[in-house]
Amino acid sequence: MKRSLAGRIWPNATAVVLALGFVFPVYWMFNTAFKPTQDIVTEDPVWFPLHGTFEHFATAVNAPNFWILAGNSVLVTVLAVGLSLVIALCGAFALTRMRFKGRKGILLTFMVAQMAPWEVMVISIYLIVRDADLLNSLLPLTFFYMLMVLPFTLLTLRGYVAAVPKELEESAMVDGCSRRQAFLKVVFPLLAPGLMATSLFGFITAWNEFPLVLVLNKEPAMGTLPLWLSQFQSQFGDDWGATMAAASIFAVPILVLFLFLQRKAVGGLTSGAVKG
Amino acid sequence: MAVQLDDAVDKTAPRTGKGGAPPGRRSPRSPGRRTPPARRTPHPPTRRAPYLLLLPALLATAVLLGWPMVRNILLSFQNLNMKELIQHLTDWRGTGNYQEILGSEQFWRVTLRTIVFTAVNVALIMVLGVLIGLLLARLGKKMRLTLSLALVLAWAMPVIAATTVFQWLFDSRYGVVNWLLDRLGRHAMAHYDWVGTQLSTFFVITVLIVWQSLPFVALNLYAATTTIPKELYEAARMDGAGTWKVFTCVTFPFLKPFFLATTFLEIIWVFKAFPQIFAINEGGPDRLTETLPIYAFTEGVGNLHFGMGAAISLLTIVVLLAMTAYYLRLTIKQEQQEENEL
Repeated sequence: MKRSLAGRIWPNATAVVLALGFVFPVYWMFNTAFKPTQDIVTEDPVWFPLHGTFEHFATAVNAPNFWILAGNSVLVTVLAVGLSLVIALCGAFALTRMRFKGRKGILLTFMVAQMAPWEVMVISIYLIVRDADLLNSLLPLTFFYMLMVLPFTLLTLRGYVAAVPKELEESAMVDGCSRRQAFLKVVFPLLAPGLMATSLFGFITAWNEFPLVLVLNKEPAMGTLPLWLSQFQSQFGDDWGATMAAASIFAVPILVLFLFLQRKAVGGLTSGAVKG
Repeated sequence: MAVQLDDAVDKTAPRTGKGGAPPGRRSPRSPGRRTPPARRTPHPPTRRAPYLLLLPALLATAVLLGWPMVRNILLSFQNLNMKELIQHLTDWRGTGNYQEILGSEQFWRVTLRTIVFTAVNVALIMVLGVLIGLLLARLGKKMRLTLSLALVLAWAMPVIAATTVFQWLFDSRYGVVNWLLDRLGRHAMAHYDWVGTQLSTFFVITVLIVWQSLPFVALNLYAATTTIPKELYEAARMDGAGTWKVFTCVTFPFLKPFFLATTFLEIIWVFKAFPQIFAINEGGPDRLTETLPIYAFTEGVGNLHFGMGAAISLLTIVVLLAMTAYYLRLTIKQEQQEENEL
């Protein structure tokens, strides 16, 4: 099929404009973070950080509690995702490989749980955590984040478990493995990519969570990075350089993780959406 | 993302079945499946095994989701303000909270605002997302990779980080947007305060949400179009169909489940959007950009009217269920079909 010159140019031109539009906010965050303040506070924007500086990163990192909050965020996220992977894998295995009464009901429970409107449930969660005397603690955060990602993890892992041929498992059992051994030695290694892909979205959810920590952990040293970042700008006046440095520090782990796992995760889940 | 995540969770959900199924979910069942496993395996699994394996997941769901839900319902019938909270009083109020809310003009205004806000955002996301997805399908290999990478970058950007960046982009004095508008001849916009009025605040929030959501729709739509047999397109072209005709007669009917799932997931996601609206201006100016989740939050946690807040949050869930009932019914039906195939 032949296309006219204009017909060949406009898709590419549109694509370039769109790509710039999608990249620009991310670029502008890094650009601002690396520019000296006089290049930020100008009537005409400075498009490239020609006089690059790390002073804004120093400001952000030296802000009170930064390292404690970063530690909190990492701890809560890793624990929540790790726990949910273990729990979900057990459940997913049962739901895909075994027949039992109530299977349908349990499946539906998780599908409904996946749509749970956590944002509007903060009130009752606040009161429950308060009654348990656990406000300003990382424990409730870890557990609730674990449950926020659990239904999705379980339902997605179901697909990956189903993709491992049952024959592999059976032949291992014929060779004398117990069902548990067959699972650990044969099925589990084959599930590794699936586990990585699924955990990526768990990481993003837990790392980003905002409403719950906003309500539960008011004590400055017990928060997480999203809370810190959302309050950073008001705390530091209009220091946009430091604010953008803080945003960069917060965004980089997820951006890196996403770009690393993107082929496996997005590729695996959407069958080649981003493979050029 | 979860909403983000949570948005991420919600946003990624259709991949478990619609846009592109995870490998093998619908893979042909092996013939060995029909014989009960107990007869073939040397170690017959105990009858309790599946329940034991599912126990942690079910227990966690019951305690961490079920109990807050029940508590929320109980709360909505109580009069629970600062005084009751401190003295640990339980003051049942019957349907008083609901009567008060349903009788207040504020609630209906916020509900209407939320519905309009959701509709506008979802419409923009779906139309633009589909256009970008179709564009991706038309591009050459290199260009497609470039645009895909840009989309992935925007998609991966954490919600709160993106919100902060958009505040900076739309900053009244040194923001790039105002500079650009000034340059383009709209000099009145040189120091425009974007979070000063209701409409302009919503504009910023909408741009932010659409920017964040488009990559998901576009990339998934592109992935889905690759599953359409080429012959269908050729046949349509042969019959003299134009671009629009090809879309309405081939692409759309073929990808109907995808469109349905994505639209409803975006509805859920936009409807629940919390960090974006809250972090941009905390529902301001004058509480004019509060949507239902923010409204429940401000009434409950902000103004310490926990009973009222709980009642609003339950009504919010009812509105959300009403908006997505059709999709939920379809999903359950589909799941039951799969169940029967097992």
